[in-house]
Amino acid sequence: MQHRDPMLQKRDEFEDMLEERRNSSDLRYALRCYTPVLYKGVTPCTAGALKNMVLQSAQIHFVIGQVSNETGRAVDDIQEEASAILEEMAHSLQLSTVRFFAFTLSKVFKTLFRSICVNEEGIQRLQQAIQEHPVVLLPSHRSYMDFLLMSYILYTYDLALPVIAAGMDFMGMKFVGEMLRMSGAFFIRRSFGGDKLYWAVFSEYVKTMLKNGFAPVEFFLEGTRSRTSKSLTPKLGLLNIAMDPFLKGEVFDVHLVPVSISYERILEEALYARELLGVPKPKESTSGLFKARKVLSEDYGSIHVYFGQPVSVRRLSQGKVDRGQFNLTPRHIPKRPSEEIHSFVNDSAYGLVRAQEENMVLKPWVLLASLLLQNHHGDQASGRARGMALDELTEQAVWLRDLSRQYGAFLHWPDHVPPPEVVSSSLSLHRGLLTITEGRVQLASEQAGGPAGPGEPPPVGPEEELLRQAVTVLSCVSYRNQALHVFLRPALLASAVHAASSSGKQEIFNSFSFLRNMFSNEFILCPGATVQDFEEACFLLVKTGALQVSQQEVVEVVVTERGHRTLAFLTSVLDPFLQGYQVVCRFLSEEANEALTEKQFVPTVRKFIIKRLLAGRLRYTEVLSSDLQKNALAALLRLGAVRKIKGAEPGTLKVNKVMVHSLEDALVWWDSHELPGLDNKINNNPLMDAAVK
Amino acid sequence: MENVVQRLLKCSTSTFFQLHIVNCTGLGEEGVKAAVATSRLERGKLRRRTRAAVETGVGHREPGPRTRRCPQIAFCPAFCDPDSLPPRVGWIAAGALASIPTPAAHGSAPSIHKHGSSMASNSSSSGGSDRQRIAQQRLRIIAGHLQRPAGDDSALLAAECKDQGSKSDASSEEKTVPRRRQEIMKWNGWGYSDSRFLFNKKGQAEFTGKRYKLSGMIIPGLKEWFEGTFGANLQHKSPATPILNSSAVRPPTLNEAFVEELKSTGVPFSHDAEDRVFRAYGHCVHEIFALREGRIGRVPDLVVWPNCHNDVVKIVELACKHNVCLIPYGGGTSVSSALECPSEETRSIVSLDTSQMNRILWIDEKNLTAHVEAGIVGQDLERLLNESGYCTGHEPDSMEFSSLGGWVATRASGMKKNIYGNIEDLVVHIKMVTPRGVIEKSCQGPRMSTGPDVHHFILGSEGTLGVVTEVTMKIRPMPEYQKYGSVVFPNFEQGVACLREVAKQRCAPASIRLMDNEQFKFGHALKPQVSSIFTSFLDGLKKIYITKFKGFDPNRLCVATLLFEGNREKVLQHEKQVYDIAAKFGGLAAGEDNGQRGYMLTFVIAYLRDLGMDYYVMGESFETSVPWDRVLDICQNVKARIVHECKERGVQFTPLSTCRVTQTYDAGACVYFYFGFNYRGLSDPVHVYEQVEHAAREEILANGGSLSHHHGVGKLRKEWMSETVSNVGIGMLKSVKDYVDPNNIFGNRNLF
Repeated sequence: MQHRDPMLQKRDEFEDMLEERRNSSDLRYALRCYTPVLYKGVTPCTAGALKNMVLQSAQIHFVIGQVSNETGRAVDDIQEEASAILEEMAHSLQLSTVRFFAFTLSKVFKTLFRSICVNEEGIQRLQQAIQEHPVVLLPSHRSYMDFLLMSYILYTYDLALPVIAAGMDFMGMKFVGEMLRMSGAFFIRRSFGGDKLYWAVFSEYVKTMLKNGFAPVEFFLEGTRSRTSKSLTPKLGLLNIAMDPFLKGEVFDVHLVPVSISYERILEEALYARELLGVPKPKESTSGLFKARKVLSEDYGSIHVYFGQPVSVRRLSQGKVDRGQFNLTPRHIPKRPSEEIHSFVNDSAYGLVRAQEENMVLKPWVLLASLLLQNHHGDQASGRARGMALDELTEQAVWLRDLSRQYGAFLHWPDHVPPPEVVSSSLSLHRGLLTITEGRVQLASEQAGGPAGPGEPPPVGPEEELLRQAVTVLSCVSYRNQALHVFLRPALLASAVHAASSSGKQEIFNSFSFLRNMFSNEFILCPGATVQDFEEACFLLVKTGALQVSQQEVVEVVVTERGHRTLAFLTSVLDPFLQGYQVVCRFLSEEANEALTEKQFVPTVRKFIIKRLLAGRLRYTEVLSSDLQKNALAALLRLGAVRKIKGAEPGTLKVNKVMVHSLEDALVWWDSHELPGLDNKINNNPLMDAAVK
Repeated sequence: MENVVQRLLKCSTSTFFQLHIVNCTGLGEEGVKAAVATSRLERGKLRRRTRAAVETGVGHREPGPRTRRCPQIAFCPAFCDPDSLPPRVGWIAAGALASIPTPAAHGSAPSIHKHGSSMASNSSSSGGSDRQRIAQQRLRIIAGHLQRPAGDDSALLAAECKDQGSKSDASSEEKTVPRRRQEIMKWNGWGYSDSRFLFNKKGQAEFTGKRYKLSGMIIPGLKEWFEGTFGANLQHKSPATPILNSSAVRPPTLNEAFVEELKSTGVPFSHDAEDRVFRAYGHCVHEIFALREGRIGRVPDLVVWPNCHNDVVKIVELACKHNVCLIPYGGGTSVSSALECPSEETRSIVSLDTSQMNRILWIDEKNLTAHVEAGIVGQDLERLLNESGYCTGHEPDSMEFSSLGGWVATRASGMKKNIYGNIEDLVVHIKMVTPRGVIEKSCQGPRMSTGPDVHHFILGSEGTLGVVTEVTMKIRPMPEYQKYGSVVFPNFEQGVACLREVAKQRCAPASIRLMDNEQFKFGHALKPQVSSIFTSFLDGLKKIYITKFKGFDPNRLCVATLLFEGNREKVLQHEKQVYDIAAKFGGLAAGEDNGQRGYMLTFVIAYLRDLGMDYYVMGESFETSVPWDRVLDICQNVKARIVHECKERGVQFTPLSTCRVTQTYDAGACVYFYFGFNYRGLSDPVHVYEQVEHAAREEILANGGSLSHHHGVGKLRKEWMSETVSNVGIGMLKSVKDYVDPNNIFGNRNLF
């Protein structure tokens, strides 16, 4: 299989859009003439007219009739309910509010950020797309900032303002919620499982906006903000709705535009870490937002926003979906998507998240965080907290820079600046997470809970100390995670090579496949692309000289001399995850009782992990991350090692202890650093086979 | 003298209706004769009046003196000596009469352009001696009526063949479709040799010939439209190979034994290169393009012209005996590659041309049916029936050239189906010759519950099972009154909504068609030069009213054309009903003229394609049927797909991609797409064209459209048949084929 070298990927140049804001009047900017071009020149539609269109649609009529038949309620009654749902949901975009935001955000952004860099070619492509087709904007989601920032950018470039699907939780903030609504947000409940009417109103609302091209629709594929900076497994609901008008032939095409927003420093950095550690996230409230004013005094570096190549749903679906499947029932009757469509939407969603990942700008700090974390764990293992000498860090960073570039990372490393300067300026932006003494850097151990966590009681016990340390570690982890997608596939291969008992390609592939399958809830790994990923990983490792594939009788994979460093780095990228999954397995086989429910899972596994961490039996603090624990559980559920049963308590977990135990064995074995003299363990493990399949 | 004429007429009618009358019981023979004769005359008068009314555009008016005087100038040698005319001359001459309302005959008075009757004929008319000529023609008709059944006083008429001797040769000049098609038709383009569009020295478009309303006229707007729409340039010509080079045609592979036996039957045949080439192609763009370049592929090895059902039986028997491949040929207007000789065919291929089986065998006024030989072309059928005061009302756009048998074999649809029905509704009885024998029903019951209708194995069989030889069709008295109309809508969406409502209320006029904005402009560009300043002034006013006063966007508005038929009162009432509905959808009545021009477009568009091909523009139309709720979406998506695909394939200038809704049904509509593009600079334009059409068809299917509404499948759309009718469906069709034609004698390989 031939692979396109990711290094050759062409990417646009960035422009700093704050520069102009610093040089001209914000007020004039906010009040300037704003005349975006719409889809095929349609005239914009008022929020009221839009609501009417939705309520009068055939689909809503049908569902109202259906609900009325099922429940015996009067049609009028249900109609009213539909209208109320819509009232609660609908945006009420107003230019005046947008102008208000344009003004305020200019002020805020200028204070917070050094620059907001946007690829203007991407903007031009978007402008073109908006005129020709209904457009869906799919930004990555790392911060609350994301959608304000998106609208701000579109306003600045005179593009049609998007309507944005937002979680209902914002509505908790009375004033802000309404403000957001007036700037184009519409609100959807987080869960509406069986509520047919709600689903119908919601989907019809989105489709109506999309079909008529009144405005680009914006939503977050990942469904929620990623607290770990890893891309989240995409949610399919809205994407399904967005593709529906095309699949049903109501529009010629829909263009999906992945947008990658990367923050050099995330506003919610410490907040996320604490959340992952089980400190519940503060409920969104207006007053909470004002408390967050403190953040205004900090330096958050720069933001890079990359508008990716618009993806045509038409092209995407070519040969994958038979649109004729809608020919035999009226299109307004809601139908569960067929298997074919489901897997198409799923594949597309993964592809789009991958596209977001690929265009995510990585700052040097991301590499430094990776190196510092590895060093931190090394230190912990040896029991000496020495940190890294700056020059050593610089040397390693330069090495990693070159490696990541070869793997196609979109790295913004200022090449005209000497590396030591790059390193020190990166460190200084994130100094809150570090201690630098005598030219040695290490993760801050005495950190007082991060920048956004004041007023905590002084540490009292080892557990609290551990958690405090963990806040720093998880913050750093979130930066390291930004680069994970670059190293993921080679890392899976490196681990597979490392673990396989022979160097036969097939065996390595099996082992790769097992790992990949195990981690498919953790990372963005497109379903069904195992072979492709494997080939890509081989290509990259061979290209960089880390592996040699010799083709004697059997295809053999051999680690080269200079490849050891690379492979060591790559395997250590996966190590924390291996350990995390392993400990979850251990917990389930040792501690889980009959009554364990899904709800209790995270708190109990956390207690278990804390105990083991304190006992020094676990190396990686980051396994405390509830995200990792949940992903591990999801994987085990998927593999059938754990089952959800409908007991007295909903979501009671039933653990197949034998299976969990052997999975743990398999993972331990991967994780262990000295290759044990075990023979063919993988191949003889029936569970492995099941997992590979 | 008038008495004489009356008597003669009576006489002619009575003999003409002999068969029918023989079957009549309960009425005295004389009484029936008289009744028939009178009613026929009455209708004839009525019809003439109606036409005059429509022609003058004023409404119902008494016939002018010219028409009324006709019978009085009756004497001429032909009349005195009926024997000097071959039996069928009268029928043909009737066609000439019907063609009178051409501009040449009527000076500047606007004349009706009515399918079949006024649109074309072989006769040439000259302005000066019009009156005389008309008179002569009428006489010929009468003579024909008198003479035709002479010597045929038995009911065997239907089974007998026409004379194949000198008489039919003498008459061949008068037939619409002669055996040697090349005498009147183009070999590498549409229609009559004498009729074509061209840009004259001044760069103005004109239409040559004398057959059509548009003939001899200058069309001032066409050049600008043509250049603007396609980015074409009159300097860049792509002329066709002028003459068919017989040496380019492969010599025939003859099955000697078959030919020998065929000779003994006396059925005329030919292996002349021209004859064979004419039967090797339909009118798909790739077929015409190849011919224009002088590229000729596999053609039939022999052409045979049966004169009647029995001839066909003999031919099919011989073909079976000698394992020869038969491909039935009717009017040659296929647009589905149905006539293409399969390249894998190794046997001798015989084209069975039905064009000489063109008689109406009888008319049954009691049941309102006519029994007709299947080779008759639409215009002849209508013309001949009109002479008796009847019509079938079946008017497909190709009716000048397409044949009854072809309609049956492809499930054809006529533009006036709202009143008369499609071919499957019109057919009462079908006779088809298959390798297994003749299939026909035993009676003419209007509906039967006798298992699956065997007619439906025949309808749409596309020549894969046998040859349709005779058909009993429903006929209707000719409509008393016809009126065109048009409605302008602010946009296509409103137009479709209006058509949907009309269909819902089941009040569709004989024809209702909705053209999109592009076609509206196209129709506009085809306006002939206006002689009077007043007319152009009026046009200007209309335009101002619609665009300025009513606020219609000239780039969005679209127009529906209407044709009403029936008795005058009902037509007017009907018209009001339809215009009232239209008004609810923002429609404005836009006059008869626009409507009429819309229908004219149907007939000249095929000629226009040839003009385009002279200047690097290639075009085609294709159709589908689709449920109502999908109409707008399919129009939008297919048009967009065409544009998109052209762009993808390197077509430099945005193509013309336009559509119209041409038929309404209770549950859906028929949509026609037109697609044309400038192919200058493309190395393989036909390939590009085919890819785009393929993509457009995929798009149609993905949008819930059918594979075809009435063009058929042929070989062009075969690949989609199994997904269209399911594998089991294909199996059913195949098993019929296997039984009826196990040796694949009818080996055109259409359908599946």
